[in-house]
Amino acid sequence: MKILVPVKRVVDYQLRVRIREDGRGVDADGLKMSMNPFDEIALEEAIRLREAGIARELVAVSCGLGACQETLRTALAMGADRAVLIETDVQLQPLGVAKLLKWLALREAPQLVLMGKQAIDDDACQTAQMLAAMLGWPQATFASKLLMGAETATVTREIDGGLETLELSLPAVISTDLRLNEPRYASLPNVMKARRAVIEVLPAEELGVDLTSRLSILQVAAPAPRAAGQRVSSVEALAQCVRTKLAEAPGGAT
Amino acid sequence: MKVLVIAEHDNTHLKAQTLPVLTAALRLTSRADVLVIGHRCEAVAEAAAGLDGVARVRKVDAQHYEHFLAENLAMVVAQMAAAYTHVFLPASAFGKNLGPRVAAMLDVAQISEIIDIVDAETFVRPTYAGNVLETVRSSDPLKLVTVRPAAFAPVAKATGMAPIEDAPAGPDMGVSRWVGNDLPQNARPELATARVVVAGGRGLGSHDAYHRLLEPLADCLGAALGATRAAVDANYIPNDYQVGQTGKAVAPDVYIAVGISGAIQHVAGMRDAKLIVAINKDPDAPIFKVADVGLVGDLHEILPQLTDALRR
Ligand SMILES: Cc1cc2nc3c(=O)[nH]c(=O)nc-3n(C[C@H](O)[C@H](O)[C@H](O)COP(=O)(O)OP(=O)(O)OC[C@H]3O[C@@H](n4cnc5c(N)ncnc54)[C@H](O)[C@@H]3O)c2cc1C
Ligand SMILES: Nc1ncnc2c1ncn2[C@@H]1O[C@H](COP(=O)(O)O)[C@@H](O)[C@H]1O
Repeated sequence: MKILVPVKRVVDYQLRVRIREDGRGVDADGLKMSMNPFDEIALEEAIRLREAGIARELVAVSCGLGACQETLRTALAMGADRAVLIETDVQLQPLGVAKLLKWLALREAPQLVLMGKQAIDDDACQTAQMLAAMLGWPQATFASKLLMGAETATVTREIDGGLETLELSLPAVISTDLRLNEPRYASLPNVMKARRAVIEVLPAEELGVDLTSRLSILQVAAPAPRAAGQRVSSVEALAQCVRTKLAEAPGGAT
Repeated sequence: MKVLVIAEHDNTHLKAQTLPVLTAALRLTSRADVLVIGHRCEAVAEAAAGLDGVARVRKVDAQHYEHFLAENLAMVVAQMAAAYTHVFLPASAFGKNLGPRVAAMLDVAQISEIIDIVDAETFVRPTYAGNVLETVRSSDPLKLVTVRPAAFAPVAKATGMAPIEDAPAGPDMGVSRWVGNDLPQNARPELATARVVVAGGRGLGSHDAYHRLLEPLADCLGAALGATRAAVDANYIPNDYQVGQTGKAVAPDVYIAVGISGAIQHVAGMRDAKLIVAINKDPDAPIFKVADVGLVGDLHEILPQLTDALRR
Protein backbone atom coordinates (compact mmCIF):
# COMPACT_ATOMS: atom_id res chain seq x y z
CA MET A 1 0.00 0.00 0.00
CA LYS A 2 0.94 3.63 -0.40
CA ILE A 3 1.04 5.98 2.60
CA LEU A 4 0.95 9.76 2.39
CA VAL A 5 2.67 11.59 5.26
CA PRO A 6 2.12 15.37 5.53
CA VAL A 7 4.98 17.08 7.39
CA LYS A 8 5.00 20.65 8.62
CA ARG A 9 8.01 22.90 9.10
CA VAL A 10 7.78 24.55 12.52
CA VAL A 11 9.97 26.42 14.99
CA ASP A 12 11.92 23.79 16.95
CA TYR A 13 10.01 22.70 20.03
CA GLN A 14 12.83 23.72 22.36
CA LEU A 15 12.76 27.35 21.26
CA ARG A 16 10.55 30.25 22.14
CA VAL A 17 9.33 32.65 19.47
CA ARG A 18 9.39 36.41 19.96
CA ILE A 19 6.35 38.56 19.50
CA ARG A 20 6.85 41.20 16.81
CA GLU A 21 6.97 44.78 17.99
CA ASP A 22 3.92 45.74 15.94
CA GLY A 23 1.98 43.01 17.76
CA ARG A 24 0.76 41.55 14.46
CA GLY A 25 2.66 38.30 14.46
CA VAL A 26 5.61 36.37 15.74
CA ASP A 27 9.22 36.62 14.73
CA ALA A 28 10.90 33.32 13.95
CA ASP A 29 13.85 34.87 12.08
CA GLY A 30 17.05 33.02 12.74
CA LEU A 31 15.37 30.37 14.86
CA LYS A 32 16.06 26.71 14.17
CA MET A 33 13.21 25.11 12.24
CA SER A 34 12.35 21.42 12.54
CA MET A 35 9.80 18.89 11.46
CA ASN A 36 6.71 19.06 13.67
CA PRO A 37 7.34 16.36 16.34
CA PHE A 38 4.01 14.62 15.73
CA ASP A 39 4.83 14.34 12.02
CA GLU A 40 8.12 12.63 12.84
CA ILE A 41 6.06 10.08 14.74
CA ALA A 42 3.70 9.65 11.77
CA LEU A 43 6.63 9.17 9.42
CA GLU A 44 8.31 6.71 11.78
CA GLU A 45 5.13 4.65 11.90
CA ALA A 46 4.91 4.63 8.12
CA ILE A 47 8.54 3.51 7.85
CA ARG A 48 7.86 0.67 10.28
CA LEU A 49 4.90 -0.43 8.16
CA ARG A 50 7.16 -0.53 5.12
CA GLU A 51 9.80 -2.44 7.06
CA ALA A 52 7.09 -4.93 8.05
CA GLY A 53 6.26 -5.41 4.37
CA ILE A 54 2.82 -3.81 4.75
CA ALA A 55 3.52 -0.51 3.03
CA ARG A 56 5.26 -0.24 -0.30
CA GLU A 57 5.73 3.46 -0.89
CA LEU A 58 5.88 6.47 1.45
CA VAL A 59 5.23 9.92 0.04
CA ALA A 60 6.04 12.92 2.24
CA VAL A 61 4.34 16.24 1.48
CA SER A 62 4.75 19.70 2.91
CA CYS A 63 2.77 22.84 2.11
CA GLY A 64 4.24 26.31 2.39
CA LEU A 65 7.41 28.24 1.63
CA GLY A 66 10.27 26.93 -0.47
CA ALA A 67 12.17 26.42 2.79
CA CYS A 68 9.88 23.45 3.54
CA GLN A 69 12.23 21.55 1.20
CA GLU A 70 14.54 21.24 4.21
CA THR A 71 11.81 19.47 6.17
CA LEU A 72 11.16 17.21 3.20
CA ARG A 73 14.86 16.36 3.01
CA THR A 74 14.69 15.34 6.67
CA ALA A 75 11.74 13.13 5.76
CA LEU A 76 13.69 11.58 2.89
CA ALA A 77 16.68 11.03 5.15
CA MET A 78 14.49 9.30 7.71
CA GLY A 79 13.09 7.01 5.03
CA ALA A 80 10.38 8.56 2.82
CA ASP A 81 10.58 7.34 -0.79
CA ARG A 82 9.38 10.52 -2.46
CA ALA A 83 8.74 14.11 -1.46
CA VAL A 84 6.31 16.71 -2.76
CA LEU A 85 6.36 20.41 -1.93
CA ILE A 86 3.14 22.32 -2.54
CA GLU A 87 4.67 25.76 -2.62
CA THR A 88 3.00 29.02 -1.68
CA ASP A 89 3.82 32.28 0.11
CA VAL A 90 0.26 32.53 1.35
CA GLN A 91 -0.02 32.24 5.14
CA LEU A 92 -1.76 28.86 5.28
CA GLN A 93 -4.45 27.83 7.73
CA PRO A 94 -5.59 24.26 8.44
CA LEU A 95 -8.61 24.51 6.12
CA GLY A 96 -6.39 25.54 3.21
CA VAL A 97 -3.76 22.92 4.01
CA ALA A 98 -6.45 20.24 4.11
CA LYS A 99 -7.65 21.33 0.65
CA LEU A 100 -4.12 21.11 -0.76
CA LEU A 101 -3.62 17.70 0.83
CA LYS A 102 -6.94 16.56 -0.59
CA TRP A 103 -5.75 17.51 -4.04
CA LEU A 104 -2.62 15.43 -3.60
CA ALA A 105 -4.48 12.53 -1.98
CA LEU A 106 -6.74 12.34 -5.03
CA ARG A 107 -3.72 12.26 -7.33
CA GLU A 108 -1.70 9.77 -5.29
CA ALA A 109 -4.62 7.59 -4.10
CA PRO A 110 -2.92 6.34 -0.90
CA GLN A 111 -4.62 3.75 1.31
CA LEU A 112 -3.58 5.72 4.35
CA VAL A 113 -2.75 9.29 5.28
CA LEU A 114 -0.70 9.30 8.48
CA MET A 115 -0.16 12.73 10.00
CA GLY A 116 0.40 14.63 13.24
CA LYS A 117 -2.45 15.35 15.61
CA GLN A 118 -1.34 18.93 16.09
CA ALA A 119 1.20 21.40 14.79
CA ILE A 120 3.13 22.84 17.72
CA ASP A 121 3.04 26.37 16.31
CA ASP A 122 -0.66 26.98 15.62
CA ASP A 123 -1.75 24.25 18.08
CA ALA A 124 -4.85 23.89 15.89
CA CYS A 125 -5.43 20.14 15.88
CA GLN A 126 -7.62 20.34 12.78
CA THR A 127 -5.98 19.34 9.52
CA ALA A 128 -6.34 15.54 9.76
CA GLN A 129 -10.03 15.66 10.62
CA MET A 130 -10.68 18.24 7.89
CA LEU A 131 -8.86 16.19 5.28
CA ALA A 132 -10.82 13.06 6.27
CA ALA A 133 -14.09 14.97 5.91
CA MET A 134 -13.15 16.43 2.53
CA LEU A 135 -12.21 13.01 1.18
CA GLY A 136 -15.22 11.35 2.82
CA TRP A 137 -12.83 8.93 4.53
CA PRO A 138 -12.98 7.64 8.11
CA GLN A 139 -10.68 9.16 10.69
CA ALA A 140 -8.89 8.12 13.85
CA THR A 141 -7.27 10.94 15.79
CA PHE A 142 -4.70 10.73 18.63
CA ALA A 143 -3.47 7.23 17.72
CA SER A 144 -1.23 5.46 20.22
CA LYS A 145 -1.33 2.06 18.51
CA LEU A 146 -1.93 1.01 14.91
CA LEU A 147 -2.51 -2.45 13.43
CA MET A 148 -2.92 -2.71 9.68
CA GLY A 149 -5.11 -5.39 8.11
CA ALA A 150 -5.74 -6.00 4.41
CA GLU A 151 -8.77 -3.72 4.19
CA THR A 152 -8.89 -2.15 7.62
CA ALA A 153 -6.80 -0.30 10.17
CA THR A 154 -7.32 -0.98 13.86
CA VAL A 155 -6.39 2.08 15.86
CA THR A 156 -6.13 2.65 19.59
CA ARG A 157 -6.82 6.29 20.39
CA GLU A 158 -6.00 8.39 23.45
CA ILE A 159 -9.25 9.90 24.65
CA ASP A 160 -10.40 11.58 27.88
CA GLY A 161 -10.60 8.90 30.52
CA GLY A 162 -8.39 6.35 28.77
CA LEU A 163 -8.20 4.56 25.45
CA GLU A 164 -10.62 3.67 22.67
CA THR A 165 -10.13 1.23 19.80
CA LEU A 166 -11.69 1.76 16.37
CA GLU A 167 -11.59 -0.22 13.17
CA LEU A 168 -11.53 1.92 10.03
CA SER A 169 -12.12 0.77 6.51
CA LEU A 170 -9.41 1.94 4.11
CA PRO A 171 -8.59 4.43 2.77
CA ALA A 172 -8.46 6.39 6.03
CA VAL A 173 -6.79 9.32 7.77
CA ILE A 174 -4.98 8.72 11.06
CA SER A 175 -3.40 11.33 13.33
CA THR A 176 -0.64 10.43 15.76
CA ASP A 177 -0.20 11.00 19.47
CA LEU A 178 3.16 11.10 21.24
CA ARG A 179 3.11 7.54 22.50
CA LEU A 180 2.68 5.80 19.14
CA ASN A 181 6.45 5.31 18.76
CA GLU A 182 9.82 6.92 19.19
CA PRO A 183 11.10 8.30 15.89
CA ARG A 184 14.55 7.33 14.66
CA TYR A 185 17.35 9.69 13.77
CA ALA A 186 18.44 9.81 10.16
CA SER A 187 21.87 8.31 9.58
CA LEU A 188 24.58 10.53 8.11
CA PRO A 189 24.79 8.67 4.78
CA ASN A 190 21.02 8.98 4.42
CA VAL A 191 21.20 12.68 5.17
CA MET A 192 23.85 13.07 2.45
CA LYS A 193 21.75 11.08 0.00
CA ALA A 194 18.65 13.12 0.79
CA ARG A 195 20.53 16.31 -0.07
CA ARG A 196 20.75 15.21 -3.66
CA ALA A 197 17.24 13.79 -3.94
CA VAL A 198 14.75 15.39 -6.31
CA ILE A 199 11.75 17.02 -4.69
CA GLU A 200 8.66 17.54 -6.81
CA VAL A 201 7.52 21.15 -6.49
CA LEU A 202 3.92 22.09 -7.28
CA PRO A 203 2.93 25.76 -7.19
CA ALA A 204 -0.20 25.85 -5.01
CA GLU A 205 -1.70 28.59 -7.15
CA GLU A 206 -1.91 26.19 -10.10
CA LEU A 207 -3.96 23.57 -8.29
CA GLY A 208 -7.25 25.47 -8.35
CA VAL A 209 -7.56 25.32 -4.59
CA ASP A 210 -9.21 28.12 -2.60
CA LEU A 211 -6.70 29.35 -0.04
CA THR A 212 -8.42 32.56 1.05
CA SER A 213 -7.95 33.05 4.73
CA ARG A 214 -11.06 33.01 6.89
CA LEU A 215 -9.35 34.07 10.06
CA SER A 216 -7.45 37.31 10.35
CA ILE A 217 -5.06 37.76 13.19
CA LEU A 218 -5.82 41.13 14.75
CA GLN A 219 -3.21 40.96 17.44
CA VAL A 220 -0.75 38.68 19.14
CA ALA A 221 0.39 39.20 22.70
CA ALA A 222 2.30 37.44 25.40
CA PRO A 223 0.17 36.06 28.22
CA ALA A 224 0.23 38.15 31.39
CA PRO A 225 3.44 37.32 33.21
CA ARG A 226 3.02 35.65 36.57
CA ALA A 227 4.07 37.79 39.52
CA ALA A 228 7.34 36.76 41.11
CA GLY A 229 6.79 33.93 43.52
CA GLN A 230 8.19 33.40 46.97
CA ARG A 231 10.37 30.64 48.34
CA VAL A 232 9.28 29.20 51.63
CA SER A 233 11.57 27.24 53.87
CA SER A 234 9.17 24.96 55.69
CA VAL A 235 6.42 22.54 54.91
CA GLU A 236 4.17 24.35 57.39
CA ALA A 237 4.56 27.63 55.49
CA LEU A 238 3.71 25.83 52.24
CA ALA A 239 0.62 24.25 53.79
CA GLN A 240 -0.46 27.65 55.08
CA CYS A 241 -0.34 29.16 51.57
CA VAL A 242 -2.52 26.34 50.25
CA ARG A 243 -5.03 26.69 53.08
CA THR A 244 -5.27 30.45 52.63
CA LYS A 245 -5.89 30.13 48.90
CA LEU A 246 -8.57 27.51 49.33
CA ALA A 247 -10.33 29.54 52.00
CA GLU A 248 -10.43 32.73 49.90
CA ALA A 249 -11.50 31.10 46.63
CA PRO A 250 -15.24 30.88 46.01
CA GLY A 251 -16.49 27.52 47.12
CA GLY A 252 -14.49 27.65 50.33
CA ALA A 253 -12.06 25.15 51.70
CA THR A 254 -12.43 21.51 50.81
CA MET B 1 -26.89 35.35 17.67
CA LYS B 2 -28.05 31.75 17.52
CA VAL B 3 -25.63 29.47 19.31
CA LEU B 4 -25.64 25.68 19.32
CA VAL B 5 -23.63 23.93 22.04
CA ILE B 6 -22.66 20.30 21.40
CA ALA B 7 -22.97 18.33 24.63
CA GLU B 8 -20.29 15.84 25.62
CA HIS B 9 -21.58 12.82 27.51
CA ASP B 10 -21.42 9.04 27.87
CA ASN B 11 -25.14 8.41 27.15
CA THR B 12 -25.83 8.49 30.90
CA HIS B 13 -24.05 11.52 32.33
CA LEU B 14 -23.48 14.95 30.89
CA LYS B 15 -19.72 15.57 31.12
CA ALA B 16 -18.61 18.47 33.29
CA GLN B 17 -16.73 20.15 30.44
CA THR B 18 -19.99 20.92 28.68
CA LEU B 19 -20.89 23.44 31.42
CA PRO B 20 -18.12 25.98 30.78
CA VAL B 21 -18.84 25.76 27.05
CA LEU B 22 -22.38 26.88 27.75
CA THR B 23 -21.03 29.76 29.84
CA ALA B 24 -18.94 30.83 26.84
CA ALA B 25 -22.00 30.61 24.57
CA LEU B 26 -23.97 32.79 26.95
CA ARG B 27 -21.45 35.58 26.40
CA LEU B 28 -23.06 35.97 22.96
CA THR B 29 -26.72 35.28 23.63
CA SER B 30 -29.07 35.04 26.56
CA ARG B 31 -30.19 31.53 25.62
CA ALA B 32 -28.49 28.81 23.60
CA ASP B 33 -29.60 25.46 22.19
CA VAL B 34 -27.86 22.29 23.32
CA LEU B 35 -27.50 19.31 21.00
CA VAL B 36 -27.29 15.84 22.55
CA ILE B 37 -26.42 13.06 20.10
CA GLY B 38 -26.20 9.55 21.45
CA HIS B 39 -28.09 6.37 22.12
CA ARG B 40 -30.58 6.07 24.97
CA CYS B 41 -29.36 9.42 26.17
CA GLU B 42 -32.59 10.70 27.72
CA ALA B 43 -30.92 11.30 31.11
CA VAL B 44 -28.27 13.45 29.44
CA ALA B 45 -30.90 15.53 27.65
CA GLU B 46 -32.67 16.07 30.97
CA ALA B 47 -29.47 17.12 32.70
CA ALA B 48 -28.79 19.62 29.91
CA ALA B 49 -32.37 20.91 30.03
CA GLY B 50 -31.85 21.80 33.69
CA LEU B 51 -28.95 24.16 33.03
CA ASP B 52 -29.10 27.93 33.10
CA GLY B 53 -29.50 29.68 29.76
CA VAL B 54 -30.67 26.68 27.77
CA ALA B 55 -33.40 27.59 25.26
CA ARG B 56 -34.07 23.99 24.27
CA VAL B 57 -32.33 20.67 24.08
CA ARG B 58 -32.30 18.96 20.71
CA LYS B 59 -31.86 15.24 21.07
CA VAL B 60 -30.81 12.87 18.31
CA ASP B 61 -31.01 9.28 19.46
CA ALA B 62 -30.01 6.25 17.38
CA GLN B 63 -27.94 3.16 17.91
CA HIS B 64 -25.25 4.27 15.50
CA TYR B 65 -24.48 7.20 17.81
CA GLU B 66 -23.77 5.01 20.83
CA HIS B 67 -19.99 5.36 20.49
CA PHE B 68 -19.86 8.90 19.12
CA LEU B 69 -18.08 8.04 15.87
CA ALA B 70 -17.04 11.33 14.28
CA GLU B 71 -18.19 10.31 10.81
CA ASN B 72 -21.77 9.83 12.03
CA LEU B 73 -21.93 12.74 14.45
CA ALA B 74 -20.49 15.22 11.97
CA MET B 75 -23.35 14.54 9.54
CA VAL B 76 -25.91 15.57 12.15
CA VAL B 77 -24.08 18.66 13.35
CA ALA B 78 -23.27 19.88 9.83
CA GLN B 79 -26.90 19.54 8.82
CA MET B 80 -28.23 21.35 11.87
CA ALA B 81 -25.61 24.11 11.80
CA ALA B 82 -27.34 26.00 8.97
CA ALA B 83 -29.82 27.47 11.46
CA TYR B 84 -27.12 28.91 13.72
CA THR B 85 -24.50 31.66 13.75
CA HIS B 86 -22.18 29.77 16.12
CA VAL B 87 -21.47 26.14 17.00
CA PHE B 88 -19.51 25.63 20.24
CA LEU B 89 -17.83 22.40 21.33
CA PRO B 90 -15.57 21.61 24.28
CA ALA B 91 -11.87 21.53 23.40
CA SER B 92 -11.65 18.00 24.77
CA ALA B 93 -10.66 14.82 22.94
CA PHE B 94 -14.33 14.56 21.91
CA GLY B 95 -14.68 18.11 20.60
CA LYS B 96 -11.25 18.19 18.96
CA ASN B 97 -12.10 15.02 17.08
CA LEU B 98 -15.50 16.18 15.89
CA GLY B 99 -15.23 19.97 15.37
CA PRO B 100 -12.83 20.12 12.41
CA ARG B 101 -14.73 17.40 10.57
CA VAL B 102 -17.87 19.51 10.77
CA ALA B 103 -15.98 22.67 9.83
CA ALA B 104 -14.60 21.06 6.67
CA MET B 105 -18.04 19.79 5.66
CA LEU B 106 -19.33 23.36 5.91
CA ASP B 107 -16.18 24.89 4.40
CA VAL B 108 -15.51 27.12 7.40
CA ALA B 109 -12.38 27.52 9.51
CA GLN B 110 -12.47 26.25 13.06
CA ILE B 111 -11.35 28.55 15.85
CA SER B 112 -9.57 26.16 18.20
CA GLU B 113 -9.47 26.19 21.95
CA ILE B 114 -10.62 29.74 22.70
CA ILE B 115 -9.95 31.19 26.14
CA ASP B 116 -11.82 34.48 25.69
CA ILE B 117 -14.48 36.10 23.52
CA VAL B 118 -14.05 39.68 22.29
CA ASP B 119 -17.23 39.87 20.21
CA ALA B 120 -19.34 37.58 18.04
CA GLU B 121 -16.57 37.32 15.43
CA THR B 122 -13.44 37.77 17.50
CA PHE B 123 -11.85 35.27 19.84
CA VAL B 124 -8.63 34.83 21.82
CA ARG B 125 -6.73 31.58 21.59
CA PRO B 126 -3.30 30.39 22.72
CA THR B 127 -0.68 29.24 20.22
CA TYR B 128 2.99 28.22 20.55
CA ALA B 129 2.36 26.21 23.71
CA GLY B 130 0.53 29.10 25.32
CA ASN B 131 3.40 31.55 24.85
CA VAL B 132 1.47 33.60 22.31
CA LEU B 133 -2.16 34.68 22.62
CA GLU B 134 -3.77 35.34 19.25
CA THR B 135 -6.81 37.52 18.79
CA VAL B 136 -8.48 36.26 15.62
CA ARG B 137 -11.47 37.47 13.67
CA SER B 138 -13.47 35.06 11.58
CA SER B 139 -15.10 36.12 8.32
CA ASP B 140 -17.03 32.85 7.95
CA PRO B 141 -20.84 32.94 8.04
CA LEU B 142 -20.76 30.26 10.76
CA LYS B 143 -18.26 30.40 13.61
CA LEU B 144 -17.24 26.92 14.60
CA VAL B 145 -15.43 27.16 17.91
CA THR B 146 -13.89 24.79 20.43
CA VAL B 147 -13.79 26.21 23.96
CA ARG B 148 -11.11 25.45 26.52
CA PRO B 149 -13.20 24.27 29.48
CA ALA B 150 -10.72 25.52 32.09
CA ALA B 151 -11.03 29.08 30.79
CA PHE B 152 -14.71 29.59 31.63
CA ALA B 153 -16.66 28.94 34.84
CA PRO B 154 -19.28 26.18 34.69
CA VAL B 155 -22.84 27.37 34.12
CA ALA B 156 -25.24 27.13 37.07
CA LYS B 157 -28.34 24.96 37.32
CA ALA B 158 -31.61 26.59 36.30
CA THR B 159 -34.76 26.60 38.37
CA GLY B 160 -36.92 25.27 35.55
CA MET B 161 -36.48 22.85 32.69
CA ALA B 162 -35.99 23.74 29.03
CA PRO B 163 -38.01 21.75 26.50
CA ILE B 164 -36.45 18.64 24.95
CA GLU B 165 -37.15 18.10 21.25
CA ASP B 166 -36.32 14.99 19.26
CA ALA B 167 -34.58 15.63 15.97
CA PRO B 168 -34.18 13.10 13.16
CA ALA B 169 -31.09 10.92 12.98
CA GLY B 170 -28.66 11.04 10.07
CA PRO B 171 -27.22 8.09 8.18
CA ASP B 172 -24.85 5.47 9.56
CA MET B 173 -21.77 6.07 7.42
CA GLY B 174 -20.53 2.54 8.08
CA VAL B 175 -16.86 3.36 7.48
CA SER B 176 -15.65 2.93 11.03
CA ARG B 177 -16.52 0.55 13.80
CA TRP B 178 -16.09 0.86 17.54
CA VAL B 179 -14.13 -2.09 18.88
CA GLY B 180 -13.84 -1.31 22.56
CA ASN B 181 -12.44 0.99 25.18
CA ASP B 182 -10.39 0.94 28.29
CA LEU B 183 -11.52 3.62 30.69
CA PRO B 184 -10.13 2.95 34.17
CA GLN B 185 -12.40 4.01 37.02
CA ASN B 186 -11.52 7.40 38.44
CA ALA B 187 -13.50 8.65 41.41
CA ARG B 188 -11.65 11.95 41.53
CA PRO B 189 -12.91 15.23 40.07
CA GLU B 190 -12.40 15.76 36.33
CA LEU B 191 -8.91 17.06 35.73
CA ALA B 192 -9.93 19.78 33.25
CA THR B 193 -12.39 21.43 35.66
CA ALA B 194 -11.00 20.50 39.11
CA ARG B 195 -10.48 23.18 41.80
CA VAL B 196 -7.29 21.56 43.05
CA VAL B 197 -4.78 19.52 41.05
CA VAL B 198 -1.89 17.53 42.48
CA ALA B 199 0.53 16.78 39.65
CA GLY B 200 3.62 14.63 39.60
CA GLY B 201 6.57 14.38 37.25
CA ARG B 202 9.51 12.15 36.58
CA GLY B 203 10.96 13.25 39.94
CA LEU B 204 8.57 10.83 41.66
CA GLY B 205 10.81 8.09 40.33
CA SER B 206 8.36 5.19 40.18
CA HIS B 207 4.76 4.18 39.71
CA ASP B 208 4.68 3.15 43.33
CA ALA B 209 5.99 6.47 44.66
CA TYR B 210 3.62 8.45 42.44
CA HIS B 211 0.60 6.73 43.94
CA ARG B 212 1.89 6.27 47.49
CA LEU B 213 2.91 9.92 47.85
CA LEU B 214 0.39 11.82 45.74
CA GLU B 215 -2.87 10.01 46.38
CA PRO B 216 -3.12 10.77 50.12
CA LEU B 217 -2.42 14.44 49.38
CA ALA B 218 -5.03 14.49 46.61
CA ASP B 219 -7.50 12.71 48.91
CA CYS B 220 -7.23 15.26 51.67
CA LEU B 221 -7.65 18.16 49.21
CA GLY B 222 -10.38 16.56 47.10
CA ALA B 223 -8.00 17.10 44.19
CA ALA B 224 -7.63 15.65 40.70
CA LEU B 225 -4.33 13.99 39.87
CA GLY B 226 -2.22 15.23 36.98
CA ALA B 227 1.11 14.35 35.44
CA THR B 228 3.81 15.38 33.00
CA ARG B 229 4.45 13.61 29.77
CA ALA B 230 7.60 12.12 31.29
CA ALA B 231 5.54 10.62 34.13
CA VAL B 232 3.04 9.21 31.64
CA ASP B 233 5.80 7.83 29.42
CA ALA B 234 7.30 6.11 32.46
CA ASN B 235 3.89 4.50 33.08
CA TYR B 236 3.34 6.11 36.47
CA ILE B 237 -0.20 6.93 35.33
CA PRO B 238 -2.35 6.72 32.14
CA ASN B 239 -2.13 9.22 29.31
CA ASP B 240 -5.24 11.20 30.03
CA TYR B 241 -3.67 12.61 33.20
CA GLN B 242 -1.15 14.54 31.12
CA VAL B 243 -1.25 18.29 31.58
CA GLY B 244 0.28 20.52 28.93
CA GLN B 245 0.43 21.68 25.34
CA THR B 246 -0.60 18.29 24.06
CA GLY B 247 -2.47 17.10 27.13
CA LYS B 248 -5.10 18.90 29.15
CA ALA B 249 -5.24 22.57 30.01
CA VAL B 250 -6.23 23.22 33.60
CA ALA B 251 -6.90 26.37 35.63
CA PRO B 252 -7.55 25.25 39.20
CA ASP B 253 -7.42 27.44 42.30
CA VAL B 254 -4.40 25.46 43.45
CA TYR B 255 -1.90 23.43 41.36
CA ILE B 256 0.73 21.49 43.27
CA ALA B 257 3.64 20.49 41.01
CA VAL B 258 5.77 17.76 42.52
CA GLY B 259 9.04 16.62 40.93
CA ILE B 260 8.24 18.57 37.76
CA SER B 261 10.97 20.56 36.03
CA GLY B 262 8.65 23.07 34.34
CA ALA B 263 9.22 22.52 30.61
CA ILE B 264 7.30 25.02 28.43
CA GLN B 265 5.13 22.21 27.10
CA HIS B 266 4.00 21.39 30.62
CA VAL B 267 3.61 25.00 31.77
CA ALA B 268 1.36 25.59 28.73
CA GLY B 269 -1.30 23.51 30.43
CA MET B 270 -1.17 24.95 33.96
CA ARG B 271 0.00 28.53 33.80
CA ASP B 272 -3.53 29.81 34.39
CA ALA B 273 -3.81 28.17 37.81
CA LYS B 274 -4.51 30.77 40.51
CA LEU B 275 -1.87 29.45 42.90
CA ILE B 276 1.02 27.33 41.67
CA VAL B 277 2.98 25.46 44.31
CA ALA B 278 6.22 23.73 43.36
CA ILE B 279 8.25 21.14 45.20
CA ASN B 280 11.57 20.32 43.58
CA LYS B 281 15.01 19.43 44.84
CA ASP B 282 16.72 21.55 42.20
CA PRO B 283 16.69 25.24 43.22
CA ASP B 284 17.26 26.22 39.59
CA ALA B 285 14.37 24.21 38.15
CA PRO B 286 12.37 26.41 35.73
CA ILE B 287 9.15 25.50 37.54
CA PHE B 288 10.15 28.02 40.23
CA LYS B 289 9.87 30.79 37.65
CA VAL B 290 6.13 30.22 37.31
CA ALA B 291 5.41 29.05 40.86
CA ASP B 292 3.83 31.41 43.39
CA VAL B 293 5.18 29.37 46.24
CA GLY B 294 8.22 27.12 46.02
CA LEU B 295 9.87 24.73 48.42
CA VAL B 296 13.27 23.30 47.57
CA GLY B 297 13.79 19.82 48.90
CA ASP B 298 13.33 16.10 48.52
CA LEU B 299 9.74 15.25 47.70
CA HIS B 300 10.02 11.92 49.53
CA GLU B 301 10.42 13.83 52.79
CA ILE B 302 8.19 16.78 52.03
CA LEU B 303 5.06 15.08 50.73
CA PRO B 304 4.16 12.99 53.80
CA GLN B 305 4.73 16.05 55.99
CA LEU B 306 2.62 18.25 53.72
CA THR B 307 -0.21 15.75 53.67
CA ASP B 308 -0.09 15.59 57.47
CA ALA B 309 -0.06 19.36 57.79
CA LEU B 310 -3.04 19.77 55.47
CA ARG B 311 -5.02 17.07 57.24
CA ARG B 312 -4.76 18.96 60.48
C1 LIG C 1 5.81 17.98 20.97
C2 LIG C 1 5.97 17.84 22.46
C3 LIG C 1 4.86 17.97 23.26
C4 LIG C 1 4.96 17.83 24.64
N1 LIG C 1 3.83 17.96 25.39
C5 LIG C 1 3.92 17.86 26.72
C6 LIG C 1 2.77 18.01 27.55
O1 LIG C 1 1.64 18.21 27.07
N2 LIG C 1 2.92 17.92 28.88
C7 LIG C 1 4.15 17.69 29.49
O2 LIG C 1 4.22 17.63 30.73
N3 LIG C 1 5.24 17.54 28.72
C8 LIG C 1 5.16 17.61 27.36
N4 LIG C 1 6.29 17.43 26.61
C9 LIG C 1 7.55 17.02 27.30
C10 LIG C 1 8.28 18.18 27.95
O3 LIG C 1 9.09 18.81 26.99
C11 LIG C 1 9.17 17.67 29.13
O4 LIG C 1 10.04 16.68 28.65
C12 LIG C 1 8.38 17.08 30.30
O5 LIG C 1 7.35 17.97 30.70
C13 LIG C 1 9.31 16.80 31.48
O6 LIG C 1 8.60 16.13 32.51
P1 LIG C 1 9.11 16.17 34.02
O7 LIG C 1 9.11 17.58 34.49
O8 LIG C 1 8.26 15.20 34.77
O9 LIG C 1 10.54 15.51 33.95
P2 LIG C 1 11.98 16.15 34.13
O10 LIG C 1 12.19 17.28 33.19
O11 LIG C 1 12.92 15.01 34.09
O12 LIG C 1 11.96 16.77 35.60
C14 LIG C 1 11.98 16.02 36.78
C15 LIG C 1 12.16 17.00 37.94
O13 LIG C 1 12.06 16.31 39.18
C16 LIG C 1 13.00 16.85 40.08
N5 LIG C 1 13.30 15.83 41.08
C17 LIG C 1 13.95 14.64 40.89
N6 LIG C 1 14.01 13.95 42.04
C18 LIG C 1 13.43 14.70 42.99
C19 LIG C 1 13.20 14.53 44.39
N7 LIG C 1 13.59 13.42 45.04
N8 LIG C 1 12.58 15.53 45.06
C20 LIG C 1 12.18 16.66 44.42
N9 LIG C 1 12.36 16.86 43.10
C21 LIG C 1 12.98 15.91 42.39
C22 LIG C 1 14.20 17.22 39.23
O14 LIG C 1 14.95 18.25 39.85
C23 LIG C 1 13.52 17.71 37.93
O15 LIG C 1 13.31 19.12 37.95
C24 LIG C 1 6.21 17.57 25.23
C25 LIG C 1 7.34 17.48 24.43
C26 LIG C 1 7.24 17.60 23.05
C27 LIG C 1 8.45 17.48 22.21
N1 LIG D 1 1.73 23.28 5.98
C1 LIG D 1 1.61 21.96 6.20
N2 LIG D 1 2.24 21.07 5.41
C2 LIG D 1 2.13 19.74 5.62
N3 LIG D 1 1.42 19.21 6.61
C3 LIG D 1 0.77 20.04 7.44
C4 LIG D 1 0.82 21.44 7.29
N4 LIG D 1 0.06 21.99 8.27
C5 LIG D 1 -0.44 20.98 8.99
N5 LIG D 1 -0.02 19.79 8.51
C6 LIG D 1 -0.33 18.45 9.03
O1 LIG D 1 -1.47 18.54 9.86
C7 LIG D 1 -1.16 18.17 11.19
C8 LIG D 1 -2.00 18.94 12.17
O2 LIG D 1 -1.76 20.31 12.07
P1 LIG D 1 -2.75 21.43 12.69
O3 LIG D 1 -4.11 21.06 12.27
O4 LIG D 1 -2.26 22.72 12.11
O5 LIG D 1 -2.56 21.37 14.18
C9 LIG D 1 0.34 18.37 11.30
O6 LIG D 1 0.90 17.56 12.31
C10 LIG D 1 0.81 17.95 9.90
O7 LIG D 1 0.84 16.53 9.79
